[in-house]
Amino acid sequence: MEALEKLGKYSLLLYRSLRSLYEVNTYKKNLVDELLKIGYESVPIVLLTGAFTGAVMTIQTAYQLDMAFIPISIIGAITSESLFIELAAVITSLVLAGKVGARIATELGTMRVSEQIDALESMGFNSVSFLVLPRVLAGLIMFPLLYIFASGSGIVGGVTAGYFSGAVSPADFMTGAREFFFPWDVTFGILKAFVFGFVITSVSCFKGYYASGGAEGVGNSTTQATVLSCIYVLLADFVLAAVFL
Amino acid sequence: MIEIRNLKKSFGSNLVWKDVSFSIEDGETIAIIGRSGCGKSVLMKHLNALMYPDSGDVIIDGKNIFELEYVELRKMRQRFGVLFQGSALFDSLNTSENIAFPLQYFSDLDEKQIKEKVEEALEMVNLAGIGDRSPAELSGGMRRRVALARATILQPDFLIYDEPTSGLDPQTSEEINELIISMAKNLNITSIVVTHDIHSVLEIADTVAFLEDQSLCWYGSIEKMRQSDNKKLMNFITASEYQIRS
Repeated sequence: MEALEKLGKYSLLLYRSLRSLYEVNTYKKNLVDELLKIGYESVPIVLLTGAFTGAVMTIQTAYQLDMAFIPISIIGAITSESLFIELAAVITSLVLAGKVGARIATELGTMRVSEQIDALESMGFNSVSFLVLPRVLAGLIMFPLLYIFASGSGIVGGVTAGYFSGAVSPADFMTGAREFFFPWDVTFGILKAFVFGFVITSVSCFKGYYASGGAEGVGNSTTQATVLSCIYVLLADFVLAAVFL
Repeated sequence: MIEIRNLKKSFGSNLVWKDVSFSIEDGETIAIIGRSGCGKSVLMKHLNALMYPDSGDVIIDGKNIFELEYVELRKMRQRFGVLFQGSALFDSLNTSENIAFPLQYFSDLDEKQIKEKVEEALEMVNLAGIGDRSPAELSGGMRRRVALARATILQPDFLIYDEPTSGLDPQTSEEINELIISMAKNLNITSIVVTHDIHSVLEIADTVAFLEDQSLCWYGSIEKMRQSDNKKLMNFITASEYQIRS
């Protein structure tokens, strides 16, 4: 029963966000701020995560395919395919669930318990349009871009690790990556990132917006936002794979 | 005029009030008093529909606020200024930006005019020259005054104060009381003060509503309160006076 009530409140929050899409003047400044915070400020961690994921994938694939009759370029194919179709989107989103999700839940939770959201409403603002909508929109816009950055840095990480470990030359790596490249894989990865961006920002907004109980309440909301975002990202990943592959 | 009719509110199994009715006349300063936890702040949040009751109505100039569409409700809320207990200043903005915030969204003023209005508002609350400070750099009393400047910047018809003097030293409380009186007088605002500070009530209020036992226990003018023989009201006032003396 409680779960149904929460689902109802979450749906209502999304509906109110959607309904206030036309109030561009209310949220445009916050949207720009959030695009910078979610996108620009996440680039370093996304590049780092992508590069190390690609590097580890290359070394592990080389270790598992250490047989003479398999062409060495297959390492590049497996690494790039894995990055495009799964790892760049999922691992990046799990990292961003901690960085972006926790920040959103803490910001909104603190605003809720210190009555700043009540202050907004009492001035005649639509607090959902002002606080929730720009964060969700920024997630929808920036996560796919961050996915592309993560994929690119993953390839660079893979090539570099292959070269320095002696597992595969850059030329062989890129030959494999090109031969097995399917545009649909990148499209699917972008779709995943879009969905994960929505899941993380909307769940974190929901948890923060309805936080209660002072500092402890904000702490609980932040924890729940991070944990639930990770769980829902994994669930969404499974559903998308089952439906589209 | 605000009419509060038969309000009933509970949180789960916890009944806050079973039946509260009274009215607030235009231009008056009403103090809503009662013990901690009697639902004063909850009542305050019903006046501009930040909370909704289990049953009952709040009628403002003939319109039931709980029946308004959200767009209309937001317009109605703009007729209110609210001074929250914790001031509720936006952490991400400095003092001037906090005061300018409603003007930027709900007025046609340009940047220069907004700056002038903000400076006037800061002078009005005796805080000229602190516009660049962040809320974290202000004392409790200064935060209340900045919040008061923000609450009145759009010249509301009604001004709600939630525990305006709680946690402040006597001298700062006195300054806040003087500001409440001058706001009511100079801006011709209807003031609704939620408090348990009897000293403030005696100084600022025209009318008093006393909440006790989940209902409105006593309601009347400040002169009648002084002569009242209502035992519960007198116990509440006497306890406060004892605190003041001791």
